[in-house]
Amino acid sequence: MAAPRDGTLSWFLALTLGVSLIKFLLIKAYHSTDFEVHRNWLAITHSLPVSKWYFEETSEWTLDYPPFFAWFEYGLSHIAKYFDEEMLVVQNLTYASPATILFQRLSVIFTDLVFVYAVCFSSCVKYRVCFVTMLSLKAYFVPSFVLAVLLLWNFGLLIVDHIHFQYNGFLFGVFLLSVARHFQGRHLEGAFLFAVLLNLKHIYLYIAPAYGIYLLRSFCLIQDNSDGSLKWRNFSFIRLAALGIIVCSVFALSFGPFLALDQLPQVLSRLFPFKRGLCHAYWAPNFWALYNAADKALSVLGIKLKLLDVAKLPKASMTGGLVQEFQHSVLPSVSPLITLICTLISVSPALFSIWHRPCGARGFLRCCVICALGSFLFGWHVHEKAILMAILPLSILAVESKDDAGVFLILATTGHLSLFPLLFTTPEFPIKILLMLLFTLYSFTSLKRLFRPECCLINTVESVYLSGLIPLEIFCELIYPLTSWQQTFPFIPLLLTSVYCAFGIIYSFFRLYGILLRGPRYTTKRKSH
Amino acid sequence: METWAVASICVLLGLTARWTVSLNSYSGASKAPMFGDYEAQRHWQEVTFNLPVRQWYFNTTDNDLKYWGLDYPPLTAFHSLLCAHIANLINPDWIELHKSRGYESPAHKFFMRATEMSDKLHLPAHNINPFLHFFFQSSALLCILLYPGLILIDNGHFQYNSVSLGLALWGVLGLGCGHDLLGSLAFTLALSYKQMELYHALPFFWYLLGKCGKLGLTGKGLILLVKISLTVLVSFALCWLPFLFDPQQTLQVIHRLFPMARGLFEDKVANVWCSLNILVKIKTLLSVDTQIYLSFGTTLLAVLPSSIKLLMKPTFWQFRLALMNSSLAFFLFSFQVHEKSILLAIWRGLTFRNTLFIFLQFALSVLTMAGLSFMSAALEPPAKLPDLFPVLVSACACVHFLGFLLYFNLVQLTESPRSDKKKIN
Repeated sequence: MAAPRDGTLSWFLALTLGVSLIKFLLIKAYHSTDFEVHRNWLAITHSLPVSKWYFEETSEWTLDYPPFFAWFEYGLSHIAKYFDEEMLVVQNLTYASPATILFQRLSVIFTDLVFVYAVCFSSCVKYRVCFVTMLSLKAYFVPSFVLAVLLLWNFGLLIVDHIHFQYNGFLFGVFLLSVARHFQGRHLEGAFLFAVLLNLKHIYLYIAPAYGIYLLRSFCLIQDNSDGSLKWRNFSFIRLAALGIIVCSVFALSFGPFLALDQLPQVLSRLFPFKRGLCHAYWAPNFWALYNAADKALSVLGIKLKLLDVAKLPKASMTGGLVQEFQHSVLPSVSPLITLICTLISVSPALFSIWHRPCGARGFLRCCVICALGSFLFGWHVHEKAILMAILPLSILAVESKDDAGVFLILATTGHLSLFPLLFTTPEFPIKILLMLLFTLYSFTSLKRLFRPECCLINTVESVYLSGLIPLEIFCELIYPLTSWQQTFPFIPLLLTSVYCAFGIIYSFFRLYGILLRGPRYTTKRKSH
Repeated sequence: METWAVASICVLLGLTARWTVSLNSYSGASKAPMFGDYEAQRHWQEVTFNLPVRQWYFNTTDNDLKYWGLDYPPLTAFHSLLCAHIANLINPDWIELHKSRGYESPAHKFFMRATEMSDKLHLPAHNINPFLHFFFQSSALLCILLYPGLILIDNGHFQYNSVSLGLALWGVLGLGCGHDLLGSLAFTLALSYKQMELYHALPFFWYLLGKCGKLGLTGKGLILLVKISLTVLVSFALCWLPFLFDPQQTLQVIHRLFPMARGLFEDKVANVWCSLNILVKIKTLLSVDTQIYLSFGTTLLAVLPSSIKLLMKPTFWQFRLALMNSSLAFFLFSFQVHEKSILLAIWRGLTFRNTLFIFLQFALSVLTMAGLSFMSAALEPPAKLPDLFPVLVSACACVHFLGFLLYFNLVQLTESPRSDKKKIN
């Protein structure tokens, strides 16, 4: 792997400073209840002893991330006290003084440096960078530059972290570093980083199967037969043991204190709250959104055609603001177990594929994306923000292969548009439009340029679908609020956005499977410059 | 990547930076009774919408000139009228006569910021020279679009400088592409929007006059001169039409535009008079009339060399240099200059690049400003001199601007008559 020379890092610095400028300018933007969530966690971890962390209930936003994140908040709280000590009082619910806002926003911006470092590592080190000067046109069309922009300036990450308010930046940084280590063949470090990541945010369990199968197959099995099939005799128990020790020690460090305090059931119940409904208040654009929509449509149709009795239908609304368990009216109800089975079925072919025909680290990364997407599409109580878990790693594949680039364009555009309902305030409306245009324009033009000799990355049908996002958005954000239905059926724009985007995401899922199962010899590689 | 994509991305970045800045507070927010520039703009919408044209610039029972009276030329007033009509469709309370004073609400703020954003006339004016290197194109575009001074004043503080600057830029471009009439028209409109554009007026005049002279004052040159004069006169007449019927109206408007009674300067501004005032209290020593003559004389003297050179050699490069010199000279020496007027000079300066001098000056400026800013923030000024730091900053800046004035004059004057080097645009 060629190490980056200083000259080529100046453009990276410019990109980082540019996006950091935008982040600083967004300090005053709207923030969601997630802001209060994290303030509350700062307060809990600072003011209370460890034994009370997962029992504290003064605020409705109880601690529901794994222990490492709690320790992270604890660390932050020691800096927070220099900004405003009042934010660390648990009873100060919804406390949001200017100093609090400044501190929280700055903490996201600065922890993003982990992400910046990871991107620098992924884009500069992973690729053999063409050592041309900044003034040359070529410098802007190497994969490293395009990848750096697609990651650093990712629309979803910007608006979720720096407007809505979350800490996904540094978590993705850890994930990218882990992936980079696997690309470099340093599997133990990669496994370690992933174990740490799991203990920071357990949503990464979505891609744990990919890690497990890949490490077993490509790391523990030292050598294959000449025809590529398994050679069980080469199974290295030492390597397996090493992996096991690393992973177990990380988990022990994380959960150990709570195990000692006999609080493990409580912690787990906080981490996996299955009492919440099948869908979030705003439906993530996944398979269940389509399922719910179909159920609603059928029930309305059934009532109109007098096939169903209105009185017998369950009253609970799945489209209301509260998240509660509900029953479907026409179609069978879905339980957490069913979603788990569906998820496992959806990702199994991919896992089998990298087991039987490992394609190295690239195949592993594609499997990660598929696992993330599969879990997104079929999981229980999925947040729409989870789509970022698929979009970001796919960026790495997109700059290398034409097919992946095509899928990326569809997934990223659709996924990002599905995040629009997160920002529903008027002043943020122009910002999300501008940033979305910026990212979409760049991703389309740069990827087209990267694969220029080839024909278009997306075909006519896909273009039509993507173009349909524009009238959808105009209707949902501009036209519908001016109609009288806004008062009676406020969820219709959310439903429409969710359902429309779900089609694009499901389509991307199948396309990715196609690429994975077709194998590496059919993947059209980018012509190297 | 296609040029249009690069340009669009730069424009989108510029717009994003502007809109995120506008999330912040504006001038005079919640500061009763006078509030600030934001309230001034809102008040002008109120005045122009509710009152007849003949009352706009006069002190009447309905129009109290002391409360943000109109002090920009008629095009600003018409622009406010247009915004007022839109405001009236959305919420008439925003511009109700008298009652809407100090009106503040999130919806109104969004409306005002939106009117500000929609006036980005200068954005399409940044043509990209297709022969220029990709890197220079995009970096130049970004420099201009992300210029913090303009963003902060327009989108933060709240003003509509982009409109007049944009029109002036169209004027310069028009002249650069050889479309003299369109360029003159654009500049006339700019002048009718904000009288600050007078800083650029002399170079336009000398350049066009010189060009006509070169074409031959008896032949083609005369025809061009007549055409340009007609264009300018007619456009002025159209903009000022309602105020030309009554001489009193015209005089009153001019009186509002040029408030001579307010003295040589106000507050802290980085020009020569304010800096000189530290040592010699000219503001109190001289009468207002003497101050007017003094500033008039020194300004004329300061622009004389560059004007003569431009008249003798009316090339586009000379024209751009003269614009720079003129705006700097006016800023440094003229009457009642506001600190925001430096935008005009800096705006011009942004289009020049690649001179070592500028780079050195820039480095020196940054260091000095950093030092002064640090001192302003960290240290307390002595009790007898409470304005010490702002004054020091102004004085330092003034020295820099004088340096720039000297440098650009030298560049313009020393350009040999036969050299026709292709300068980087």
